[in-house]
Amino acid sequence: MSTTREPRPYANPYVAGTLLGVVLFASIFVTGGGLGASAAMSRVQTGVLDLFASGHVDRVAYFAEMAGGQRSPWLHYSVYMLVGTILGGFASGLLNRRVKLETRKGPRISVQARWGFALLGGLIMGYGARMARGCTSGQALSGGAVLSVGSWAFAMAIFASAYAVAWFFRRLWN
Amino acid sequence: MAPYDLAASLGPVAFALVFGAIGFGFGAALEMGGFGDTRKLAGQFYFQDMTVLKVMFTGIVVAAVLVALATSFGLLDMSRVFVNPTYLWPGIVGGLIMGVGFVIGGFCPGTSLVAASTLKIDGMVFLLGALLGVWLFGETVGSFQAFWLSSYMGRFTLQEWLGLPLGVTVLLVVVMALALFWAGDLAVQAFGQKKPWAEVKRVPGRGALAFAGTLVAVSLVLVAHGQPTPEAKFTFLGAEVRRSVEERGIFVDPAEVVALRKDIGVKVVILDLRDERDFNLFHIGGSRRVALEELETPARLKSLLDQPPSTVTFLVGNGEVSALKAWKHLIAQGVPNLYVIDGGMNRWLERYPVDACVAERVGAADGRDGQAWRFLYATGSTQPAAWPEIETSRSFRSPCAVPEADVHPGAHQAARSWPAYAYTKRVKLKSKAAVKGGCG
Repeated sequence: MSTTREPRPYANPYVAGTLLGVVLFASIFVTGGGLGASAAMSRVQTGVLDLFASGHVDRVAYFAEMAGGQRSPWLHYSVYMLVGTILGGFASGLLNRRVKLETRKGPRISVQARWGFALLGGLIMGYGARMARGCTSGQALSGGAVLSVGSWAFAMAIFASAYAVAWFFRRLWN
Repeated sequence: MAPYDLAASLGPVAFALVFGAIGFGFGAALEMGGFGDTRKLAGQFYFQDMTVLKVMFTGIVVAAVLVALATSFGLLDMSRVFVNPTYLWPGIVGGLIMGVGFVIGGFCPGTSLVAASTLKIDGMVFLLGALLGVWLFGETVGSFQAFWLSSYMGRFTLQEWLGLPLGVTVLLVVVMALALFWAGDLAVQAFGQKKPWAEVKRVPGRGALAFAGTLVAVSLVLVAHGQPTPEAKFTFLGAEVRRSVEERGIFVDPAEVVALRKDIGVKVVILDLRDERDFNLFHIGGSRRVALEELETPARLKSLLDQPPSTVTFLVGNGEVSALKAWKHLIAQGVPNLYVIDGGMNRWLERYPVDACVAERVGAADGRDGQAWRFLYATGSTQPAAWPEIETSRSFRSPCAVPEADVHPGAHQAARSWPAYAYTKRVKLKSKAAVKGGCG
């Protein structure tokens, strides 16, 4: 018998996937749009930038669209969804005893190196997500479910590229 | 009929709560699947763990099947659902960039949120990196705007691309996903666990088979049921749309059409549903003749759906019968800002008559589709009545005018303008559902 501190095992991927699909369908059915994360990140980033360099936000078209002049980047459905996502992840983690301050990494790199690569990977991800007009959630999941050609091409590009470069970064993980 | 216009029907707090609740389910599902753990995610690319592939594509196909079911049974109006527009090459390049980021950083943006929420420091650092990445994109996109906006195909779905019915497309997607899961399981055993090929377990477990069987069975129901006809779709639309027909809110007076043709802020498209003979005898300037069957071809429908938001489309027949039928078909497919010209061409000619020597009146403009004028010449759009928005068009030279030799030199015909008719404004320019995907 396991102790109460031990994290519970993850759900069966088909069960978790079905749940994810039902949530995605509910989102499409009720709101007419799917799930997402990176648009809200873009808004959070623009909102923070707006606090420090409001004039700059007004001058760069990409930012001005979200927070130019009197527009608020915060009052947007994607930001509400982002808050919900964090709470949902936290709740599930709490119930399954997986909330723990730690760094997950491969066995052969240091914690600091993992942070460095996480920062770099995040930067690349964030950049690519805006280039593709959506991340794995907003493009691949949501667009895939409504059978958008571009979203399927995008999803395949991610997997192809990740498999192609995985060998070069194997020391990070194995 | 779903989807709902939440911004209009809910207060700001309830609106935020609905999206918050959806996000909550999203975060919980990801966390349960193990997407908060970077090692589980990265394991995907070293043939250790197929969780990413399975959870993601299960999510996609389950949602796709449910969406298709809801559409087929008239519960969901697909034309108002956001379909991520296809910008092919920026999408592919973005995907290739993200694949690299995935392997280096071990997350994608959504999963890093979940990792951060369960206090994984690497998730929080990744999140910070992602915020820097989106900022960097905002700063630099100006320098490659042309590429970022290139290869735009609009709303372009797999079923349009393949030319297959929705049910068959969904079935294909389901079968493809199931084949991927199976191949993934084999790859984990053969490459990840380095089992000799003879020991690789090739038959999936009972649970996985039951799951696969259910998905395929539901997809077969979709194939068998097919998609509703335009008439059936129209009946799904609900009382509000039917009332707009009964209360004549969709019938626009010719005078309002003329006023809109003068308005440079509005693009007016007039689709003439009459046969070629009637069209050649007289038609409104700039209008296009098109048969209903032709309007419903995927390419035509797509061009109607992709028009700029300031476009108002009018349908016209001799009377109202054929135009109303076409209106019902097209409105059920989600064509925005679509109206019928009140009384059809017969009413138009009553308001803006052609020259007396060209046609004589033989019937009434009573909404029926017969021609109320008998034309002696085919005038196309050369008659002043084809362009009433040009104030002076009534001063154009008329074929009925007396031969020039008979006119006293220097005698000018007085400039005549069209009478100003009073009408009730019907056209309300609406842009299509503003809802975008989460990452839009």
